Amino acid sequence: MAILTIRDALNQALREELIRDENVFIMGEEVAEYDGAYKVTRGLWKEFGDKRVVDSPITELGFAGLGVGAAMAGLRPVIEFMTWNFSILASDQIINNAAKMLYMSGGQFKVPIVFRGPNGSAYQVSSQHSQALEAFYGNFPGLKVLMPSTAADAKGLLKSAIRDDNPVVFMEQERMYGLKGEVPEGDDFTIPLGVADVKREGKDCTIVARSMTVPLALQAAERIQEEFDVSCEVIDPRTIKPLDIDTIVDSIKKTNRLVIAEESHEFASVGAEITYQVMDHAFDYLDAPIKRISTAETPMPYAKNLEELALPSVDKIVAAVRQVSYL
Amino acid sequence: MAKAATGPRAGIKTDTATKNGSGKPLDSLTEKRQSADFPDVDKAIAEYNARKDSQLAAIKKTDKELLRKMLYEMVLSRRFEEKCAEVYRMGKIGGFCHLYIGQEAIGVGAMLALEPTDMVVTSYRDHAQAMIKGISPGSVMAELYGKATGCVGGKGGSMHMFSKEHEFYGGHGIVGGQIPVGTGMAYAAKYKNTGQVALCFFGEAAVNQGSFHESLNMAQLWKLPCIYICENNQYGMGTSQERAMSIRSIAKKGEAYGMANEFVDGMDVMAVREATLRAVERARKDGSPTLLEVRAYRYMGHSMSDPGNYRTRDEIAKYQERDPIVLFKDSLQEAGVLAEKDYEAIEAEVKDVVEKAAQFAEESPLPDTSELLTHVYA
Repeated sequence: MAILTIRDALNQALREELIRDENVFIMGEEVAEYDGAYKVTRGLWKEFGDKRVVDSPITELGFAGLGVGAAMAGLRPVIEFMTWNFSILASDQIINNAAKMLYMSGGQFKVPIVFRGPNGSAYQVSSQHSQALEAFYGNFPGLKVLMPSTAADAKGLLKSAIRDDNPVVFMEQERMYGLKGEVPEGDDFTIPLGVADVKREGKDCTIVARSMTVPLALQAAERIQEEFDVSCEVIDPRTIKPLDIDTIVDSIKKTNRLVIAEESHEFASVGAEITYQVMDHAFDYLDAPIKRISTAETPMPYAKNLEELALPSVDKIVAAVRQVSYL
Repeated sequence: MAKAATGPRAGIKTDTATKNGSGKPLDSLTEKRQSADFPDVDKAIAEYNARKDSQLAAIKKTDKELLRKMLYEMVLSRRFEEKCAEVYRMGKIGGFCHLYIGQEAIGVGAMLALEPTDMVVTSYRDHAQAMIKGISPGSVMAELYGKATGCVGGKGGSMHMFSKEHEFYGGHGIVGGQIPVGTGMAYAAKYKNTGQVALCFFGEAAVNQGSFHESLNMAQLWKLPCIYICENNQYGMGTSQERAMSIRSIAKKGEAYGMANEFVDGMDVMAVREATLRAVERARKDGSPTLLEVRAYRYMGHSMSDPGNYRTRDEIAKYQERDPIVLFKDSLQEAGVLAEKDYEAIEAEVKDVVEKAAQFAEESPLPDTSELLTHVYA
């Protein structure tokens, strides 16, 4: 296995899929000559040229919609948003066109497209650049929503997303691009969509985390193990939609406790959805009310101390586990 | 007749103290167009008369069967939509229902200038355009009835006709939302070097959306074989173009992007055809896009639920004097390629087709309840 950053794992996935299928092309702001705002597409334009890696004007709705039309006509676009915050300008194309086209056309027009880019907060980029939008996009039937947290997952899921015949919302995290991890060798390494991964096995409390909160949950689990001898199981759904609720429920049947850690705001969040589904499937197995850690219900502040206060943290997750464990 | 010195707003009182940013009295922005003062129509008539000889020459050069098909499709579009209005009032069709009556020359003139492999995408005013592109009247009517035999199995309804077989990329319900999609269809044609062109219809109100401007910029920047056809029917729902757009010429907006553009008389099917053929040639030769502003007039309300109290009967009547079907029929007769009995035969054939479409829709089954959750994901 090679050790790669998430950034390079994504880059490898893109490169391999560009080689594998000539209908795959990448379009977005600064993806070509500039090598990508976050260097995810580094070197691809030099290798594949203007046709396959395309710098777009700053015109999110325009190039998202162009991608939808191109996908309907047989291509497999990978559309990069410099951040998912900018996708809000393009959300009509993602929601009204990409998500609904197959259904509206009675199954005639598939839209095999990947929209990707960093989601959530970065380092003091303030309110308009810090939103986590997975619950928003997860609310629309027709879209698949992916959120990898490791280099291997990033590569395997992106390759699967590009090969999938549905529109896929692929959410990375700017803070995590430099995170390193083992990645299996080989062009055919993929990870199926809709399958959760147990990132740490445990028996006393389940923590469901995704994207940025996965490393936080793993650190929290280590600390709780040391300080309280409580063993936490950390589950990363990896695919938010379709959600692998079975893996979560199986874990709760063992631990009887659940903490959810997420970066989005809490109102109507994915955590709220998981909470409902757990009630529906495993109500009788719960020994404590579910506890959820989310970003504070406020636009993201700029000041470093306030930003830290707003976001999920290891401390907050530890406190939540203690609460559901009555410690 | 228009008086050059007074213009279309002659007679509107201007003594109100309240002004808006445009310097016009607020009143005038909500006034209906004044009766007996439609310089556009008079100008269109003069221009039409001036090019009549060349139009007749073009008709004589065009294949007779094609001319008959053009007239047939126009009549079919008209009678089909009249039937829709009739059955809508009977409660057979649900939801929204936007009719194409008055705009037939645009769909027919443009789409019959294409190859069958060329792609088309359009707005929610899509029944007639779907048929012109090849979808059968029966499956369009069945779709309107929400039946299993509809062209998308009852999942789309009035605004969402699609056919992959006929390269018809759908009717779309968000004003201007299909313009980037059409641009992407052209992008795919260029990418795969298929030689196809993409034809993208939208109304004049869509021109005020960002999607229009974003798309034209990309299409010209990347030389995409896309033909943008703005069907200027002069009203965005109940708001006339002059109440919604700072300049009158939509064709000129193409200049802002360095894009080839033409203003076309949308009541003259031959003019629409000739302009589209020029655009197709540009698209196929070097992949360059074109913006056509085709001015017509929407005879009916925006949708079936529109009371139409924002315009006068006189205005509608004035535009109807230049009915696209009558103009074309007269020209065909003048050119000696159509006899009255040929026209009567078309009307009779259309009547039969429309009746059969409605009967087919009526007798078709509803979608099976198992269809609710199919086609959500591929």
